[in-house]
Amino acid sequence: MTSAAAPLAAGRFSPDNQAHPTSGGTRPVLEVDHVTKVYPSQPPVTALQDVSFTVTGGELLAIVGPSGSGKSTLLHLMGTLDRPSAGHVRITGVDVASLSDRDLAALRATRIGFVFQQFFLAEHQTVVDNVADGLLYASVPLTQRRARALQALELVGLAERPWARPTQLSGGQRQRVAIARALVGQPAIVLADEPTGNLDQTTGGSILTLFDQLHHQKVTIAVITHDQTIAARMPRRIEMLDGRIVADTTDPGPGEPDGHGQPAPPGQQP
Amino acid sequence: MTAAAIPLHGRLRPSDVGRVASIGLRTRKLRAGLSALGIAIGVAAIVAVLGLSSSSSAGLLAEISRLGTNLLTVQPGTTVFGKNAELPTGAPAMIARIGPVTSIEDTGNVNVNAYRNPYIPTIQTNALSVQAASLGLLADLRTSVAQGVYLNPATAREPAAVLGPAAAQRLGIEGVYQGERIWLDKQWFYVIGILNPATLAPNIDSSILVGFPAAQHYLGFDGHPTTIYVRAQTNQVNAVHGVLAATANPENPNEVNVSQPSAALVARADAQSAFNGLFLGLGAVALLVGAVGVANIMVISVLERRSEIGLRRALGATKGHIRIQFLSEAILLALAGGTVGVTLGILSTAVYATTKHWAIVIPTIAWTGGIAAALIIGAIAGLLPALRAARMSPTEAFPV
Repeated sequence: MTSAAAPLAAGRFSPDNQAHPTSGGTRPVLEVDHVTKVYPSQPPVTALQDVSFTVTGGELLAIVGPSGSGKSTLLHLMGTLDRPSAGHVRITGVDVASLSDRDLAALRATRIGFVFQQFFLAEHQTVVDNVADGLLYASVPLTQRRARALQALELVGLAERPWARPTQLSGGQRQRVAIARALVGQPAIVLADEPTGNLDQTTGGSILTLFDQLHHQKVTIAVITHDQTIAARMPRRIEMLDGRIVADTTDPGPGEPDGHGQPAPPGQQP
Repeated sequence: MTAAAIPLHGRLRPSDVGRVASIGLRTRKLRAGLSALGIAIGVAAIVAVLGLSSSSSAGLLAEISRLGTNLLTVQPGTTVFGKNAELPTGAPAMIARIGPVTSIEDTGNVNVNAYRNPYIPTIQTNALSVQAASLGLLADLRTSVAQGVYLNPATAREPAAVLGPAAAQRLGIEGVYQGERIWLDKQWFYVIGILNPATLAPNIDSSILVGFPAAQHYLGFDGHPTTIYVRAQTNQVNAVHGVLAATANPENPNEVNVSQPSAALVARADAQSAFNGLFLGLGAVALLVGAVGVANIMVISVLERRSEIGLRRALGATKGHIRIQFLSEAILLALAGGTVGVTLGILSTAVYATTKHWAIVIPTIAWTGGIAAALIIGAIAGLLPALRAARMSPTEAFPV
């Protein structure tokens, strides 16, 4: 992944952004800065209240909390699918608030990968074309999309059946296809929403093992889940309750500095 | 943070637009087929109406050019007192002296009735007329003998008769056999031939033709011609038309009617397009219904595919990408229907024109118009659903 990242990413990003966040390091790829989200209903619902944290390149973290804790709202904001009522969300240093809808779409196409509980694969398409669709909106020609899709399938251990249909695969294999689709654009961060929710325990475990392997290759992954046992496997856990962060703990790993969870001061990025 | 850090906007290639636009058609074939059917029927109706009318006009014009437009007929009109006038017996000879006249033939009504045999009640005349006919009549009318022979100088003096096709049918005579005869005014006449239809002179079809001398000798014919068929040089037809009445009856030119039979055929060719409006209207209604069908399917499709829309937005599709996807899908759907419709319309025109021995003529406006109508309908029917799909906010369409 890391070896392939530089040449493939080149040309799609502006020159001063060449140092791609996927390739690790301590650059923040995602900053959530005093974010509040209020849904304008009667009465107004405050889904997130002054949430702040930073994700640096190469991190594997879990955002965990019971239903109604604001996980989904946070996922929408982290994925730039929605805008905060107050505060700032920055993806690789770019403030979401300053971007138009088109700019946000381009940002999602190139810097954010999504993995869903329900996989959302197109059944009429082959596995490789499903993965290649991860680059559909990133101005990459079809032949190149397929070539990169094959590489991404290799990364998730599904290289041997690229021409199968999703219907011919098991649940775990389908989720691997979905993960390959999220990885194919070499995004700065992969957001996985309950990725094991539709899988049995063994298959779910193998997906988490895949995340561990990707973590060792310095891919940044945020797993959103309600399941504490899944969260316990992750090096960093952000625990949520009633729209607030109640705990942000990081296991000290080899070569990893302590002390994540403090929001970076705004205006620090290039 | 800086503007330079914003990635470039993704642009869908035309081939990618085609791929995403055909998803609905590929995954829901029956539904797509049924909703395209409405468009297909409308377009087929329009193409077939235009094709059939052009083909039949072409057929009629071919018939007219075969029959010639240089035939004029001279008939007696009425006197100033409202009585039936007569043409002078010398009229054919006088008309023959007009320079551009190339040939002249005539027939005269014989005031007798024709029967199959003497036992038929006299009141059952079958609306047949007996006419004395000159010997070159068939060539002048561009018709021919179906069975047997026509009159010749010898048989014109004898009790011999040639039947028009309708006359033969009404008399129950299917073929010409030796000794076959019909009953004309207390006198047997032998049937020597049956004619093919004469398009330029339909009254010949229900007539029994006998020679002038025989009519005068056996049937008491007075010798006055009732129809004179004149062929003139084509570029002089109007000039001949102008002088015919005065030439035929110099004493009372106002008692002469002159007409051009081919004019009626030309009028018929033009009149056919009068019905086109009605059928084109029906085709347009079918198209409208088809358009509503396509719009309906697209609205349902957008609702059903909310999660697909959400996924595409998450993969980086802009509102424009979603809009163009659903708009192209509607256009593709209508275009498929239009193509099938044009094919059906051409096929049905070809089949019908072939059975009628017409040339197959599909006007360019018919098939280009059919395809264009389908395109426009697809665009209009798909616009609203496409706008709705694009307006969905990512979180609304996004699976939670």
